Amino acid sequence: MTGETAFLGVVPGGVTALLAILVPLVGALIIGTLTHRPNLRETATLVTAGVLFCFVLSLLPEVLAGGRPGITLAEPLPGIPIYLEVEPLGLLFALVASSLWIVTSLYSIGYMRGNQEKHQTRFYLCFALAIASAMGIAFAGNLVTLFTFYELLTLSTYPLVTHKGTQEAMKAGRLYLGLLISTSVGLLLLAIIWTAQVAGTVDFRPGGILDGNVTGAAAGLLLLLYTYGMGKAAIMPVHRWLPAAMVAPTPVSALLHAVAVVKAGVFGIVKVAVYVFGLDFLARESATGWLVYASGFTILAASIVALRILKNQGNLKRLLAYSTVSQLSYVVLATALYSPLAAAGAALHIVAHAFGKITLFFAAGSVYTTARKTEIRQFRGIGRRMPWTMGAFAVGTLSMIGLPPAAGFISKWYVLLGAFQAEHMVAVGVLVISTLLNAAYFGPIVYMAFFQDEEPAAQPYLGGGNDLPGSHGHGEAPLPVVVALTITAAMTILIFFFPDVPLALAQALVEGVR
Amino acid sequence: MRVLGLYNYWIFIFLMMVGFYILISRRNLVKKILGLNIFQTSVFIFYISMGKITGGTAPILVEGAEAVVYSNPLPHVLILTAIVVGVSTTAVALALVVRIKEAYGTIEGDEISAMDNQIPF
Amino acid sequence: MLNHLPILQVIVPLMVAPIAALVRRRGGAWLLAVFATWTSLGIAILLLRQVLDGGTIIYSLGGWAAPWGIEYRVDMVSAYVLVIVAGVGAIVTPYALMSVRREVGVKQAPLLYSALLLCLTGLLGITITGDVFNLFVFLEISSISAYALIAMGPDRRALHAAYKYLIMGSIGATFIVIGIGMLYIMTGTLNMADLAVRLPSVGGRTVSVAFAFLAVGISLKLALFPLHAWLPDAYTYAPSTVTAFLASTATKVAVYMLVRVFFTVFGIAFSFQTMNLDRVLLPLALLAILSASVTAIYQKNVKRLLAYSSVAQVGYMILGISLASVTGLTAGLIHLFNHALMKGALFMAVGAVMYQVGSVRIEAMNGLGRRMPWTMAAFVAAGLSLIGIPLTVGFISKWFLVLAAVEKGMWLVAVAVLVGSLLAIVYVWKVVEAAYFRQYVGSLEVREAPLSLLLPTWVLVLASVYFGVDASLTAGVARMAAEFLMGVAP
Repeated sequence: MTGETAFLGVVPGGVTALLAILVPLVGALIIGTLTHRPNLRETATLVTAGVLFCFVLSLLPEVLAGGRPGITLAEPLPGIPIYLEVEPLGLLFALVASSLWIVTSLYSIGYMRGNQEKHQTRFYLCFALAIASAMGIAFAGNLVTLFTFYELLTLSTYPLVTHKGTQEAMKAGRLYLGLLISTSVGLLLLAIIWTAQVAGTVDFRPGGILDGNVTGAAAGLLLLLYTYGMGKAAIMPVHRWLPAAMVAPTPVSALLHAVAVVKAGVFGIVKVAVYVFGLDFLARESATGWLVYASGFTILAASIVALRILKNQGNLKRLLAYSTVSQLSYVVLATALYSPLAAAGAALHIVAHAFGKITLFFAAGSVYTTARKTEIRQFRGIGRRMPWTMGAFAVGTLSMIGLPPAAGFISKWYVLLGAFQAEHMVAVGVLVISTLLNAAYFGPIVYMAFFQDEEPAAQPYLGGGNDLPGSHGHGEAPLPVVVALTITAAMTILIFFFPDVPLALAQALVEGVR
Repeated sequence: MRVLGLYNYWIFIFLMMVGFYILISRRNLVKKILGLNIFQTSVFIFYISMGKITGGTAPILVEGAEAVVYSNPLPHVLILTAIVVGVSTTAVALALVVRIKEAYGTIEGDEISAMDNQIPF
Repeated sequence: MLNHLPILQVIVPLMVAPIAALVRRRGGAWLLAVFATWTSLGIAILLLRQVLDGGTIIYSLGGWAAPWGIEYRVDMVSAYVLVIVAGVGAIVTPYALMSVRREVGVKQAPLLYSALLLCLTGLLGITITGDVFNLFVFLEISSISAYALIAMGPDRRALHAAYKYLIMGSIGATFIVIGIGMLYIMTGTLNMADLAVRLPSVGGRTVSVAFAFLAVGISLKLALFPLHAWLPDAYTYAPSTVTAFLASTATKVAVYMLVRVFFTVFGIAFSFQTMNLDRVLLPLALLAILSASVTAIYQKNVKRLLAYSSVAQVGYMILGISLASVTGLTAGLIHLFNHALMKGALFMAVGAVMYQVGSVRIEAMNGLGRRMPWTMAAFVAAGLSLIGIPLTVGFISKWFLVLAAVEKGMWLVAVAVLVGSLLAIVYVWKVVEAAYFRQYVGSLEVREAPLSLLLPTWVLVLASVYFGVDASLTAGVARMAAEFLMGVAP
């Protein structure tokens, strides 16, 4: 903990980290009291998001200067406090989540009103709670704190997944909760307690805490418990909750199930690899090499599933979900190379994928709001009616494939460099093949949208969608929606040209490790 | 001879088993209570007989008779308490049986269970 | 006055009980009960502080010194359990007022309070006494009053449940007397401390048989699987107040008895090395956790569901104890406290539903999330604690239990504990889904429960969050108690 002050020169950094959790919590309380005043309620959401982003941003100079502000909140177990500490990776995650929350709030206003969704207060309230939990995960200073907020995130997003209250939503909610809690309680908690027992501490420390405490197969097993315990990282076969969670309203899918929740999973894995195991230790142990193959398999398998969805012209959100599964495993794969360059790539990919994928979801939700179209087959020619939406979609696609000038290129570049540095040709192969697969399932959608003709509007509805059959009497989406998705698309490109801040944080992460 | 010499304990074990058997095998609620009583009484006998010392007399201090061997009075006192406990248990049990008879119209355990199970929860 | 706290702890509820039965003024009995329980809690807290400051308190009844007179002995373990029992009593009685009026009726209420106080007397007595026969007497005081309490349930099945409990309870108690008698034959003393000194030099078959009788007798009281058959019915049909009280105290005190008899009287060496008690308890505890949790999933009555969950939770406590290590014992003792908090809150929330809706079947919970938001929120919060979500007491218990298992290298045990939590998710979520996702279909205009029911419930819920965020007090005391029992520290 440094004595430097961060926010307005008055508040110490540790307190700011705490405030980052408290701000959305207070926001949630305010939102809860404004049930009958939607305008005020949504203003409160936007203001809360803005304030939160300022707080998180204020931590940046100190962390870049090498500071690691921290604060102890409570001590539930002897010697194991609930402890917050801001380090580069966490700050990066917090920055991404909090900045995108502003945009998502804007988007939600257009989306929720446009679709006349019910229980909007509960929606905004749980959203704020989920963000508070995500901030807690980002700034967690030890494993128990991470675990605590990880569980809170699951619980606070559950009402969002089941938002519609239909039988289907309830079933999805069961799968969501069942899979996430059973992996976290059954595997992650076990791994944490195991770590506490052998290492005597659960703190995140540069260089790790496990070196010398476990060896051989035990280290491999422990890594296995951590990897699959973080079910939010959606490594196969614990990925099924993610497609199921797509029944939620699109803003939830966009921010939570493309950014906050899933990133909490991979963020946790990166953090555990870097600060609990230590990359050097992992690189030395041969029993930990399996992770590359597990994540590589997930990358390819999820891409193939996405390809099949395209072939059947199925649900777009479902395709995006499988794309997320695949992209998340990029981060895990990068981590599993156990090389500093790849670790930096992992951190960058958390950012790049966030901006790209949220754009794609925004676009999907935009089409749903204006045209009630959810299936890929309905997307023919839609780019002419909704040029902004589908333009942004195309940008997001570029980022997913990893082409310039989109953010995805930079992160993929680093991961590839890391793979070469680690001389792991399997990883290189996976990256190359998956790039082709990404192009194969995203390219046709963009092509359909812009270059094919619309199906005649009179055609009877073929089923398979969620709601009304698609109608063609529409133009562009509501303004807040368009603004939101334009911003994220622009950010995706801007990060390509100005990657300074994420790069600096990623390098700080790697330097801390060295 | 040693085995026979401990006949009081054999009686205790026999009574205990009789009581226990009735308790388990009978379905009639009152008979169960009878079994419980026999079961408990066997324990009373066990306690009282353990206080007996061969040749010992009642533990009453008599002046000028210091050499007398006394039975141990403590188990007697203990078992007085246990008897009180046993009687109150029996009283509560019988009271319950009366209420059960009023509510169910029978004191056969099987019939009562059948009636209980008719309501599905 | 302060010197006589140990006896006052027992005397106060004992004396107030008959008065409460005689009071004819409406609400008078309740006021007396509140007074007695809060006084008891005050005394228990004072005793705990005395023990923390000055070590074990020894109090000779009527001034008769130990081997002849009865001795009360308050050490770390008993002081800790006293606070739990008295605390639950103090929180349940305010809750009782409305609930008892609705479920038992005004006429019978004084009798219920009287029996409740007697039951409390018995439970406190078991915990405080240092004499094994006295322990039996208090056990029967608590049990007989518990039979009466259960029989007061609104359904006629309460009578049958009480009867079944009576039979099982009496068998258990009689087994315990037999065991005590054999110990007396072999050692000539009934004082626990004396017994602990003399038993190791005696040994022999009689002591082993006494051990077995006591083990079975206590396990019956404890509802240790497979001797738990009496518990689900008893908890289901008893008045809600009584269920909340018994669920958070009776089995806890039985666990205390187990610890006291096998750790203090027989000694760890004899219990665990000669008799291998752990080899019996550990598998039974695991079976209890898994089988009772699975059974709970299939219940249609929420009270019965929670009752089976109680059997499983007792399994956790016994599991910790049977590991016979400081961490394991700490885990068991912490869970004693934690479970009292969460199960008390759950049964009280269900009691509030009973008060408003008149049924505790799962279907009766349909749509209550909107109609009784505070009650159901309390249920969810306490349910999360049961699952073991961080920031609740349940997490603390799980942490210590798994840590204890990992310490001993018992991986399967650690996994079983976690599987138990997963099963808990399933049965808790059955209720949650009913309350929040199904529509209310009844014709009654259901509203939120009155404050006098909500407040005590939320006190327990908030306590379960507080002690989940800051467990230094509970974990500290439990650890000291565990170290005391294991003979590690002062």
